[in-house]
Amino acid sequence: MSEALYLFISVAVMALVTYLIRMLPLSLFRKKIKSRFVLDFLYYVPYAVLAAMTIPAVFYSSNSIISAAAGFLVAAVLAFFERGLLTVAVCACGGVFLTELAMRLLGG
Amino acid sequence: MTKREITLKNTIGFIDGVKDGVPIALGYLSVSFTFGITAVNMGIPPITAILISLTNVTSAGQVAGIGIIATHGGFAEMALAQLIINMRYALMSLSLSQKLDEKYTLFHRIVTSFCVTDEVFAVASGKSGDIPARYMYGLITLPYLFWSGGTAVGAFLGSILPDMIKSALGIAIYGMFIAIFLPPSKKSQGVMCVVIMAAALSWFIYYLPALDFISSGISIIICTVIAAALGALIFPRKEAAENE
Repeated sequence: MSEALYLFISVAVMALVTYLIRMLPLSLFRKKIKSRFVLDFLYYVPYAVLAAMTIPAVFYSSNSIISAAAGFLVAAVLAFFERGLLTVAVCACGGVFLTELAMRLLGG
Repeated sequence: MTKREITLKNTIGFIDGVKDGVPIALGYLSVSFTFGITAVNMGIPPITAILISLTNVTSAGQVAGIGIIATHGGFAEMALAQLIINMRYALMSLSLSQKLDEKYTLFHRIVTSFCVTDEVFAVASGKSGDIPARYMYGLITLPYLFWSGGTAVGAFLGSILPDMIKSALGIAIYGMFIAIFLPPSKKSQGVMCVVIMAAALSWFIYYLPALDFISSGISIIICTVIAAALGALIFPRKEAAENE
């Protein structure tokens, strides 16, 4: 399979699955979910997804694991104090940047 | 729109939707910008990155998707990963379907559903009364444009940015994820335990040499299903379930 075809099918699969998940319940399904377990499971899914995607990938998101860890720490502290998404994201970037700058200056 | 509708006090229109969409759109701009950079850093062509944003409109699913593409994962893995990661939208769409007004036809449902994101859902379900289709179209317009546009800028500008800036921007999307899952963990023991279980599982799968055969997409599926199922079993919610 050519690279272009692989990319195209991958994106098509992504888009189709994501669309159907949103479209079918909104268009066809009129019954309410009654199962407590299913409702609670669906409620916890976003948190589980985001935690699994963040750990440990966040530590490999920059040029060095040290600067990434610094950025993670900044994000964790600000998120703990409930700052907005944008603030947390931007400050995490700042943490990475300053750490790499310091490492470059100290490392000569 | 007829005269009678305009005079109704509680009628919400297209422009109301657009206004409510502004803060969502601004938030998306920065995230989609870093998504574009991240995708190109992973070796995804800029056009593909933009196509993904145009057709998916979801942050977590797209980040997992480019991770799978970058490691040349299979189509079944891709479909399953998207199904698990985006399953929450089924619940949101289901909940939203009860709030649409009587003129919200099947055609409008089919068109607008592709843009039911966490933020769009949160704003739409916060509106009092039933929602007309024109409000929904207004609400999703700017977030959709900014999501796609931000990806394009990130994907093309990413290659000319200095290395240190690119390195620093790579963490932005994870910063946003952390800002979403950490605050609720403080308030809910269930959420906290789910987050810790999912993170710990993900960590083990990544670092245990015996589990090297598990790819990133499959890992997210395993961690999510186990952590969310254990959460639902050990920490069933009491009243909130009835509101959703």
